[in-house]
Amino acid sequence: MHIIVPIKQVPQSSDVKMDPVTGTMIRSARSSVLNPLDLYALEAALLLKERHGGTVTAVTMGPPSALQILKEALSMGSDRAIHLTDRLFGGGDTYATSYVLAKAIEKIGTFDLIITGERATDGDTAQVGPGIAAWLDLALATYVSTITASNGTHLTVERLIEEGYQRVQVELPALLTVVKEIAIPRLPTLRGKKRAMATVIETWDAASIEADRTKIGLKGSPTRVVKIETPKVARSCEAHHADGDEATLAAVDRLLDFLEERNLLKGVSHG
Amino acid sequence: MAEVWTIAESEGGRLKEVSFELLARGRALSDELGVPLASVVLTNEIESHELERLAWYGADTIYVAQDPNLHPFTVASHAALLTALVGHHAPQIILAAATTTGRTLLPYLAVKLGCGLTADCTALAIEEGTGNLLQIRPAIGGNIMATIKSPDHRPQMATIRPRSTPLGEPDEKRRATVRAIDVPTDVHDPVQVLGLRPFGDQSASIENASVVVAGGKGLKRRDNFTLVENLASSLGGEVGASRDAVDRGWASYPHQVGLSGKTITPELYVAVGISGAIQHLAGIKTAKTIVSINRDSEANILALADFAIIGDLFGIIPVLLRRLEERRKIQ
Ligand SMILES: Cc1cc2nc3c(=O)[nH]c(=O)nc-3n(C[C@H](O)[C@H](O)[C@H](O)COP(=O)(O)OP(=O)(O)OC[C@H]3O[C@@H](n4cnc5c(N)ncnc54)[C@H](O)[C@@H]3O)c2cc1C
Ligand SMILES: Nc1ncnc2c1ncn2[C@@H]1O[C@H](COP(=O)(O)O)[C@@H](O)[C@H]1O
Repeated sequence: MHIIVPIKQVPQSSDVKMDPVTGTMIRSARSSVLNPLDLYALEAALLLKERHGGTVTAVTMGPPSALQILKEALSMGSDRAIHLTDRLFGGGDTYATSYVLAKAIEKIGTFDLIITGERATDGDTAQVGPGIAAWLDLALATYVSTITASNGTHLTVERLIEEGYQRVQVELPALLTVVKEIAIPRLPTLRGKKRAMATVIETWDAASIEADRTKIGLKGSPTRVVKIETPKVARSCEAHHADGDEATLAAVDRLLDFLEERNLLKGVSHG
Repeated sequence: MAEVWTIAESEGGRLKEVSFELLARGRALSDELGVPLASVVLTNEIESHELERLAWYGADTIYVAQDPNLHPFTVASHAALLTALVGHHAPQIILAAATTTGRTLLPYLAVKLGCGLTADCTALAIEEGTGNLLQIRPAIGGNIMATIKSPDHRPQMATIRPRSTPLGEPDEKRRATVRAIDVPTDVHDPVQVLGLRPFGDQSASIENASVVVAGGKGLKRRDNFTLVENLASSLGGEVGASRDAVDRGWASYPHQVGLSGKTITPELYVAVGISGAIQHLAGIKTAKTIVSINRDSEANILALADFAIIGDLFGIIPVLLRRLEERRKIQ
């Protein structure tokens, strides 16, 4: 089974700073990590490989520093790593990004499955996975929490949706986006790290994937960020200490009045 | 007079609440632009009274496709229908819910239509002068608000966070034109839905709950987590959990709130023994009222809480449960 896993480099969430002058995000390479939700995609792919044989290819579109996350993917056990990097890719939205990834996947050639993370923790869009499926006309199953069965032509998976776990059968080749419940990501091993060092990471630019220049980067992106603001936390907190029985009772009663004032005790009467 | 569209969602012949929230958003935009508002219903069955309600909540036109293959949702058949429908009517805006369905369908459709899409918006506006749709959304775990537009592509598309829009008052005199859409029979769908396994424990649909009571590591042991479950049930709400609580097996993953769990917008969120790590707060930034019960007077959660009881939860929750019980008896 040949599985492709698109992974993204993201800022460590606690480290995001805003440039007070330009209002844009300051990303420092040092504090960038592999999107934590992509670890689950990698793990799911590696488990399938262990069960059915095959290869796992990790691919990322990103600046030179994104090389680091490909090394991580290799040291976890991926067989091949491809770095899509070109200044022309810069500033792409999910439309342009999914296009570049789809073109790269076409160049990779045959595959059975693409597994992406549910979403990247910086953009939070969850759009790139379904976007790739649309470019490549693939079967798409999102929010996959378990892969229950697979034969050469189909997968049976469960999707975590609002109503519960939905069982679906998807025809291969397919694209899955996976949630955290799918597996517990392994840590890189020493052997893996050595292998990662010995593996040549391929670098592809816009020309080598034959990308249409009108569909990539900022120019190829239909959406524009007009403004970025840091929301002010407007909440003012009413705090009560509950030290001892009396204070506890007073605090609890005040809480109930507070909830009543805001009409939030509606659920109580029905039991 | 290109229309504004909303994509309705239904289950068992009834429309989901979020369908009406989208209409409230859509109506405001339509009025400002002076164009009609249409709602698109793709389903296997729908009660006719439900279509009337779409009119009451603001729809001028209702496009309805009914076919057994349209429910449960699969992306290929819905996207094929919508691509054709958009080609025919050229709406200027399409709004869908930021549910697992909307967040699967719209990104796929946006690529098929060659259009921009903004995920999980919490506010919308029309740009003065240009009439462009301004799409406002939290990003980076709610730490920033971004305003996004798609000036040169139509339709402009957005998914809207459920429960982020108050419902308008229904106007029972409003009527809409209902237009049936033909369903092509030749779409090959590579995804087949086999069945649904509803959540085994208490309903884990915390994204639809108006009250969520969540527990964290402060509960110390699985047995103690029943305090959270009891408080949730006496407040008429659902149970949420921090990642630490889920990792310890006190609650299952569908209950997890936060960056790698769910983003929710309940009327009331009660955090019990939760410190309020930035990744946890990412999931509750848009909750209407937040209450914290934590013994740490410096806990992070206080930055976001509207009301806090600072003290030992094992002393506080039993008193709270008793007082709630007394209240119920009185009523
Ligand atoms: C990539 C990534 C993704 C993550 N995603 C999520 C996510 O989706 N959701 C999530 O929740 N976390 C997430 N986390 C983890 C997050 O950083 C925190 O570790 C986690 O939220 C802490 O959970 P907690 O508040 O239950 O535990 P703690 O931080 O340990 O807090 C326990 C709290 O209980 C209080 N307490 C203890 N005893 C008592 C008592 N007797 N009475 C009253 N109060 C008491 C303490 O004062 C403390 O504030 C993520 C982390 C990473 C790195
Ligand atoms: N630049 C990128 N390179 C490779 N994969 C990406 C990139 N951006 C997003 N992805 C994949 O798409 C998923 C969803 O990302 P997003 O739509 O940005 O939330 C991620 O979890 C990755 O698997």
